[in-house]
Amino acid sequence: MSLLFALLFYLAILVLALGLGYKVYDFARTPAPLLIPTTPAPTTQGGVALRMAREVFLFESLFKSNLWIWGAGMMFHAGLALVLIRHLRYFTEPVWSWVALIQPFGIYAGLLMGAGLCGLWIRRIFVERIRYISTPSDHLMLALLLAIAASGLSMKFISHTDIVGVKNFFLGMMHLNLQPLPADGVLYLHLLLVAALMLIFPFSKLLHAPGVFFSPSRNQIDNPREKRHIAPWAADLEK
Amino acid sequence: MAEITAPAYRIIPIIPALKPDAMVESKPYVASDKIQEAIGFPGKLADDWQVTHDAVIAKMGELLSKYRSLKVYLDACVHCGACSDKCHYFIGTQDPKNMPVARQDLMRSVYRRYFTLPGKLFPKLVGARDLTKEVLDEWYSYYNQCSECRRCSVFCPYGIDTAEITMAAKEILDSVGYGQKYSNEIIGKVHKIGNNLGLPPPALLDTLEGLEEDVKEDTGIDVRFPLDVKGAEVLLITPSADFFAEPHIDSLIGYAKVFHASGVSWTLSSMASEAGNFGMFIGNYEQLRKIALRVREAALELGVKRIVVGECGHAWRVAYSFWNTLIGVGAGASDPYAIQLQNQLDLRYKQPMHICEFTWDLIERGGLSFDKEANDKHIITFHDSCNVARASRMGDFAGGQFEIPRNIIKACANNFVEMRDGATREQTFCCGGGGGLLTDELLDLRVKGALPRMEALQQVKDSHDVNFMATICAICKAQFTKVLPMYGFDRRVVGGVHQLVSNAIKLGDK
Repeated sequence: MSLLFALLFYLAILVLALGLGYKVYDFARTPAPLLIPTTPAPTTQGGVALRMAREVFLFESLFKSNLWIWGAGMMFHAGLALVLIRHLRYFTEPVWSWVALIQPFGIYAGLLMGAGLCGLWIRRIFVERIRYISTPSDHLMLALLLAIAASGLSMKFISHTDIVGVKNFFLGMMHLNLQPLPADGVLYLHLLLVAALMLIFPFSKLLHAPGVFFSPSRNQIDNPREKRHIAPWAADLEK
Repeated sequence: MAEITAPAYRIIPIIPALKPDAMVESKPYVASDKIQEAIGFPGKLADDWQVTHDAVIAKMGELLSKYRSLKVYLDACVHCGACSDKCHYFIGTQDPKNMPVARQDLMRSVYRRYFTLPGKLFPKLVGARDLTKEVLDEWYSYYNQCSECRRCSVFCPYGIDTAEITMAAKEILDSVGYGQKYSNEIIGKVHKIGNNLGLPPPALLDTLEGLEEDVKEDTGIDVRFPLDVKGAEVLLITPSADFFAEPHIDSLIGYAKVFHASGVSWTLSSMASEAGNFGMFIGNYEQLRKIALRVREAALELGVKRIVVGECGHAWRVAYSFWNTLIGVGAGASDPYAIQLQNQLDLRYKQPMHICEFTWDLIERGGLSFDKEANDKHIITFHDSCNVARASRMGDFAGGQFEIPRNIIKACANNFVEMRDGATREQTFCCGGGGGLLTDELLDLRVKGALPRMEALQQVKDSHDVNFMATICAICKAQFTKVLPMYGFDRRVVGGVHQLVSNAIKLGDK
């Protein structure tokens, strides 16, 4: 079983890295022939960096749109971010001090993440417009994330798992020196779901994460009169 | 067909309930083979569906490799619903396929099926579907119910702009012989005659001479409307509706008076007697460029130092955001192609410049004086035109496109009232007629699409007796002139910013 999980995670990491790497490369190599920032837009590179930071960390546009989606989305993403950082302790030895510092908040973050996901799912089910646009995969994605959160939390609140053993397993994987994974059904489930999430990431709507950085309406500088902006294929038309 | 009437104002202006397929029958006339072929598109759909099917998928692949916007936007959507209640056509029609996300999904579903792994393996799961004739018909219907106004892009957490997807869809439809008559016929006219309305140079000259007489009669002053004057300082590029449509023409008179008062020599061009560029509406880069090239040609031929653009929404987007890219009107070029033009233009001034920037600059420098009482019969509000608001700028700071027209109004009139928050500036509602939809067979859609703007206008009419809605777009002016009466307003409620300037400007003491 330990070997199976190790192989699964090696595969998942490979698919995630290559798939995401390819997607980012694909976004980056595709030209943006016209300047189309949604205005009013920043007129400097620094301004664009700030706009992007507000978008990524504060969900500025979503805030303008709808406070319910913003609230639930913020709870989920902030919770997830904290939970991910907290999980660094399974991959570092000794544990970095700032990671150790936030350990106590990780549990609340897990709860926050679950609550956010429930909020998003309730909206998806009960708001007519959002139900209309939902595909089965939209529901499954929420189910997957919620199951990851629930299985993770249950190892904290219901049946503790041998986290020292888990840590040894992952440190071993990182050093290509396989260690046994504690035999625990909930742990197996949790890891299986996480691997599944990593595997589907590059092929699904989770691409919104790299996508936002490449969105021309958000990452372009509003300076068309000052600087000529032209894509290679468009420049060819002038020859 | 039943008589077209305005929908009722929403009593509680929240999200409307869905009425699936309410607008599935709404579609513009299909372009004839003559219209299509005149601008280089196939005349009609192939008889064999498989041929069309393959051509659509191939074109989609081509566009995905040429436009990062399309690629990122088709991948990034998470179906969060942030945009779902933001489109004026959705608000007015309640058809769920007019929700921006659902409109995008018409294409995204096909993209997933043919270009992504999950869509190839599990189409049902991810909402992917095969391209069929029915799907293509649906594209024709609903991508011709988007005015490319970008309101949805303001609210999307990833900045997904449905306009980019609509433009791609129209480009694909054109490339397989399924074009829209209104836009494509106009593009043919602009190439053949020089403007969208098909006004030939002699008629244009006649109109301008008539205007000189009218203004002389009105003010006693010789305000000139020059055409094709070589060596003029400024070339004015303005929508051709300004030459004869009401209320557009009153703004043209306003521009002429401002130029007169400024002492700057100016000219119109018969070759480039059109600011509008419908190449943008149909998402075709080659047409966009070819139409813009007339401006470059005219500028070089007339030897002008500055290019100024009249009151027109999408035209200002094309001029401000795209001209430097397309034809080198602007600064900062490093290629010989654009350097020639940029050496001729006087780069101490913004190139191109909006007529509002020109006028406001003069006002700030004390170059214009007004008799503000001349506008006292008007209680004025300002309708931000979508493409000016969300796809361009004026002045030196982000948001100048909101402040400068308002500043001009306040400088030449005493009574100004804002419409409610959420209906102006970056969140302004489209008039309902943009994006190549200003055609009679789409009147039902246009009336319904105007609902949120009419609601906001009604509010300030009730609260402040507003009786004039100024705007700086030829399409907005034409659309509102048509739909205002259907909502119980006088059609003369809409007018241009330079119409107000024209009313109040003092010419005698200059």
